[in-house]
Amino acid sequence: MTELAFKGPEPDQLRRRHRAEKRFRLIALLSVWLGLAFLSVLFVIVVTSGADAVRQTKILLNISLDSSEFEGGKGSGLAQIRKANFEGLVKRSIRNDFPRAKSRKQKRELAKLVSSGAAYEVREFVEANPEKIGESIDIWVTASDDVDMLLKGKLKRNMPADIRQISDQQLIWLDQLQAEDRLETQFNWTLFTKGDSREPEQAGIAGAMIGSLYSVLVCLLISFPLGVLASIYLESFAPKNGWTSFLEVNINNLAAVPSIVFGLLGLAVFLNFFQLPRSAPLVGGMVLALMTLPTIIIAGRAAIQSVPPSIKEAALAVGASPIQAVFHHVLPLAMPGILTGTIIGTARALGETAPLLMIGMVAFVVDLPVTFTDPATALPVQVYLWSDMPERAFAERTSAAILVLLAFVGALNLTAVILRNKFETRY
Amino acid sequence: MEHYPRKAFAKSAKLVWQERMVMSILIICSTVAILTTIGIVASLIFESIRFFQVVPITDFLFGLHWSPQMAIREDQVGSSGAFGAVPLLLGTLLISAVALTVAGPVGLMAAIFLSEYASHGFRAKIKPTLEILAGIPTVVYGFFAAIVVAPWIRRGGEAIGLDVSSESALAAGLVMGIMTIPFVSSISDDALTAVPASLKEGALGLGSTRSEAIKKVIIPAALPGIAGGLLLATSRVIGETMIVVMAAGLTAKLTLNPLDAVTTVTVQIVTLLTGDQEFDSPKTLSAFALGLLLFTVTLILNVTALKLVKAYREQYD
Repeated sequence: MTELAFKGPEPDQLRRRHRAEKRFRLIALLSVWLGLAFLSVLFVIVVTSGADAVRQTKILLNISLDSSEFEGGKGSGLAQIRKANFEGLVKRSIRNDFPRAKSRKQKRELAKLVSSGAAYEVREFVEANPEKIGESIDIWVTASDDVDMLLKGKLKRNMPADIRQISDQQLIWLDQLQAEDRLETQFNWTLFTKGDSREPEQAGIAGAMIGSLYSVLVCLLISFPLGVLASIYLESFAPKNGWTSFLEVNINNLAAVPSIVFGLLGLAVFLNFFQLPRSAPLVGGMVLALMTLPTIIIAGRAAIQSVPPSIKEAALAVGASPIQAVFHHVLPLAMPGILTGTIIGTARALGETAPLLMIGMVAFVVDLPVTFTDPATALPVQVYLWSDMPERAFAERTSAAILVLLAFVGALNLTAVILRNKFETRY
Repeated sequence: MEHYPRKAFAKSAKLVWQERMVMSILIICSTVAILTTIGIVASLIFESIRFFQVVPITDFLFGLHWSPQMAIREDQVGSSGAFGAVPLLLGTLLISAVALTVAGPVGLMAAIFLSEYASHGFRAKIKPTLEILAGIPTVVYGFFAAIVVAPWIRRGGEAIGLDVSSESALAAGLVMGIMTIPFVSSISDDALTAVPASLKEGALGLGSTRSEAIKKVIIPAALPGIAGGLLLATSRVIGETMIVVMAAGLTAKLTLNPLDAVTTVTVQIVTLLTGDQEFDSPKTLSAFALGLLLFTVTLILNVTALKLVKAYREQYD
């Protein structure tokens, strides 16, 4: 039995075990930092590539608004102004600046310096200031996306001419414009006020933002009341039987169903069966509502459960009916928790893309949606659409759209955290 | 009772009626969740049956070839299309495997650090920060995968002489893994902290180091919870759509090489159903069959996972 006698730990073995301990701890710490590193890389890349989209290159043009241009055609006032050939005005103006451009090719290259949207900008100016007709005006118009990319350094001057998108002749013209201080970057209002466009310099996220707002609004209007009432029933009134536990299992599973399956449901039921309009924020909101409902119910039940039973019992003791006790006393105390869950669910709905693709909210929509049944996209869908565009200028706009999306989602989540910290009561 | 005003009784009759109304509204609201499930199951099954009338279910489940492009005219060559889902399942599996290889160990180790080693202040700061990763919309990850990670991997592969597809399963899987880290870590964290402290203290008292206590006592005790969490993560990864739509390929390929481009079930659902399409062709109906497959698989995973987690919680309650 001598083998069983206690031997102290061998110093060698102990050292090995302590080394293993340190190694394990280091790996665990590295895992945490790995997650944080991914997060920061993601943010740095999106912010650095999106920041450029906030500014857009503009060119100062001198346009003479000859009154003869605005006399042809019938009608008067706005209708007459709209008939004028603004595209021609813009082209003529820039040709006047560079009279040496004679050949067809050169004239075409010259016209390509400004965006095709410049004519609309001049028209908007004239509509707002009809008294300027007959005068000659100085106006900043949007430059084409290639010029914009060149000025932002995304296209390099020393690139081979065929990749550069900008010809040598155009470079000379641009240098001249720059020397005359007629080329500068200004705040990119278009990005935040316009709908989608095939031309990056004319594309904006306003349409997508409105679409998102409408969808999320519909989603909230449906899922919040339904979710609150359902959680009240399940937590306070439901008898403990098979049906109730089936309901519970069902809700928990629904929360884990892939979002694209909800999209298929929307397509089959809302679009094909009920014949609701395609691409509409109304249908998008309904699908998102079904998706958010389980989240709200789960959060709502947890919030109601955390209200101590003594509060309900006190109300019952002084003569309130069970429904009065719940609605007048338990629900107000549970509200902060329910709201927190709702806001987190809303933030998820706002960032959701896949179900919206299924019900056709991926259309190319130029006009800003006005009603809930107008075709629209949503902010995350816009990100998806733009990320697929070949133009270099769309890359920075995609990042900018992501930044706006992240700002909204972040603001919602922050509200939820503040709400929780402020109203969280431990009984 | 005689001094009790009669009016009060009249009012209470009305009240009873009102309360019945309120109660029925409550019950109706709570059944919406059931209706949603019924709607999902019914619409998926209904459309799938229509699909299986054209394409035999065995061809769908065991076919090795997927090319749903149908010819527009009947008499065109190759007008039948091929609807074998195996390549899609394999692609989904491949990308999910990559994702879980990232998210599983990193998420679990992060949870171990936060629950066993980190100081209270560090944990309070770092845990919510890590959870930001879970709140970022998936379309952002998709953009990150397609624009940043995929080119990196391709260039890295070229540098060491590997031929990497620009839509490699590795890029999509890697980013999906990053997305899932906070999910795995928060569930594992719950599971680890639910282990009674006495178990750990016993191990420490017998002279084991912390890592030995974690590896030999805490993790085995928390294993059902962790396993449940990993199953839930798997179900999430399988159903994830935007990352793969933006970063994975479109053509179905039977391969297990993560450097190849593969396509997944969700990618095909999106491709089949976006854009203009008539609703009766087998091509669009096949998307619902894929949806049914996806729903069934994730449902089985979820039910098992939730049962595991629940049983585990009750064990230490």
